[in-house]
Amino acid sequence: MGTIQLRDVHKAFGATNIIPKLNLDIEDGEFVVFVGPSGCGKSTLLRLIAGLEDMTSGTISIDGRDVTNEAPAKRKLAMVFQSYALYPHMTVAKNIAFPLKMAGESQAEIDKKVANAARILNLSNYLERKPGQLSGGQRQRVAIGRAIVRQPSAFLFDEPLSNLDAALRGTMRLEISELHQSLGKTMIYVTHDQVEAMTMADKIVVLNAGNIEQVGSPLDLYRSPKNLFVAGFIGSPKMNFVEGKAAEAMGAKTIGVRPEHMKITVTNGAWRGVVGVAEHLGSDTFLHVHTDDHGTINVRADGEIRVSHGDVVFLTPEPAKIHRFDANGKAL
Amino acid sequence: MARAVKTSTRVSYTIAAWVVALLIFFPILYTIITSLKTEGEAIAGFNLIPSFSLESYREVQNQQNYIKPFTNSVVLAVGSTVLGLLIGIPAAWAMAFSPTKRTKDVLMWMLSTKMMPAAAVLVPIYLIFLRLGIMDSRIGMTVLLMLINLPIIVWMLYTYFREIPGEILEAARMDGANLWGEIWHVLTPMAVPGIASTLLLNIILAWNESFWTIRLTTTNAAPLTAFIASFSSPQGLFWAKLSAASVMAIAPILIMGWFSQKQLVRGLTFGAVK
Repeated sequence: MGTIQLRDVHKAFGATNIIPKLNLDIEDGEFVVFVGPSGCGKSTLLRLIAGLEDMTSGTISIDGRDVTNEAPAKRKLAMVFQSYALYPHMTVAKNIAFPLKMAGESQAEIDKKVANAARILNLSNYLERKPGQLSGGQRQRVAIGRAIVRQPSAFLFDEPLSNLDAALRGTMRLEISELHQSLGKTMIYVTHDQVEAMTMADKIVVLNAGNIEQVGSPLDLYRSPKNLFVAGFIGSPKMNFVEGKAAEAMGAKTIGVRPEHMKITVTNGAWRGVVGVAEHLGSDTFLHVHTDDHGTINVRADGEIRVSHGDVVFLTPEPAKIHRFDANGKAL
Repeated sequence: MARAVKTSTRVSYTIAAWVVALLIFFPILYTIITSLKTEGEAIAGFNLIPSFSLESYREVQNQQNYIKPFTNSVVLAVGSTVLGLLIGIPAAWAMAFSPTKRTKDVLMWMLSTKMMPAAAVLVPIYLIFLRLGIMDSRIGMTVLLMLINLPIIVWMLYTYFREIPGEILEAARMDGANLWGEIWHVLTPMAVPGIASTLLLNIILAWNESFWTIRLTTTNAAPLTAFIASFSSPQGLFWAKLSAASVMAIAPILIMGWFSQKQLVRGLTFGAVK
């Protein structure tokens, strides 16, 4: 089991409110991603769940048991840190075995579990090496191995891939997702990278200044953002926001159109503009179009499109894909 | 590309380094030379060539038992340092990983006790020793030397511990380590270079401490510093004998320092370059 309930969780450092009262339910086996900009409180929230930070008020329950005042190790959670946090003086085998040793398990049992974790994570050939002799990806695997052997109720990941290069990040993302599927355990994953959030999560929790802006599946958030913040944060490239007459004509203060929902032609359309920068990625082309009336609009066009800097183009938003927001930024 | 250093610059730096090193080492060298002279040569004036007489060493041995003060020095230096580490490691852990607003003030206050002249507290400490009946006792001196060097122990360890990422200790906590498990299995092994250099430096400091050891010991707990002092006798100064006693007193620590200099330098410059 691995259900986690947060009730009126509040964290303040002195007079500064990091997390105003917050409620959240995490179901057993879910892959939940906390996403938000730097300083939004996502790591603090994870550390509160882990027990590494004391709460100012509120309760946290794991599998129906109130763990608010319990030590981190008693919560049956395992955590993978951004810096891997491996013990540099221990070999890979000893790193993975450490939680089992602390739990007082027999050496035979420890050896069996370490070998099993090493097999799952392709670390069998590296068991006698020290962390300093491993690559970034291997270190991250050791950190995951150390988490697996404890057989926790839930895994907590604090930006685990941000120290890896782009290619390795992609591979590890896949490995963690596969691990989630094979273990079927609850995982809470903190990231500021919305691509990681979209590709890995069953449920995304978007945080801003300690508040939950929206909770939902990746596609829910993409299709129906509740407010301007979520609309702007989820999706890459970012959603275009337009105010003024075009918005008023649709009964809104602001309208939002995703770059992929903007039709582009060189003959006619709703908004006229001039191409600033054209980024040809092969599969797609990202165009930054300076329009006459609506500022710079980003467009995701077909990879084969033949336009370049200085060309005049016409943009037309797909009517069914336009998001409308009121003066408070709430979706209409 | 690295800038090439001119040969002449390198030569002048080397000469300057040798001059400074010789200046620092000269008092020890001259003590060794004097100890190998006869009393007559020693009193005759500055002379770098001794007659390599071992007479003074023989006399020092005959006049006083060397083994007892040597044993006392070992007990006091090692004992006070180990005791200091047992108290200093948890203290530095608390200050480095669980600091409060006042941690810096506490550290400064601890250091400020080192700035106070020892003579200022001679009378109260003398009276405390007298009342507790620990005058001239190894236990009393071990505790006193530990207290004198504790600020340095805590400061050094605090500096080393600050270099250790807090996330590693948090990982240990998540892995089920309790406070002592965290300190014993993770923090201490990671801080071994720092702890070792703290240990070495404090053994040297405790070995050489003379203000308190001379004043609060007579025979039972008197270490080698008191042994040297006993040779500046009322019968007059015997330079060669005094030098021989000094060499016998500093030789063990000098040899230990020589063999552990790599560790000492590494520890003392720890954290200076990342």
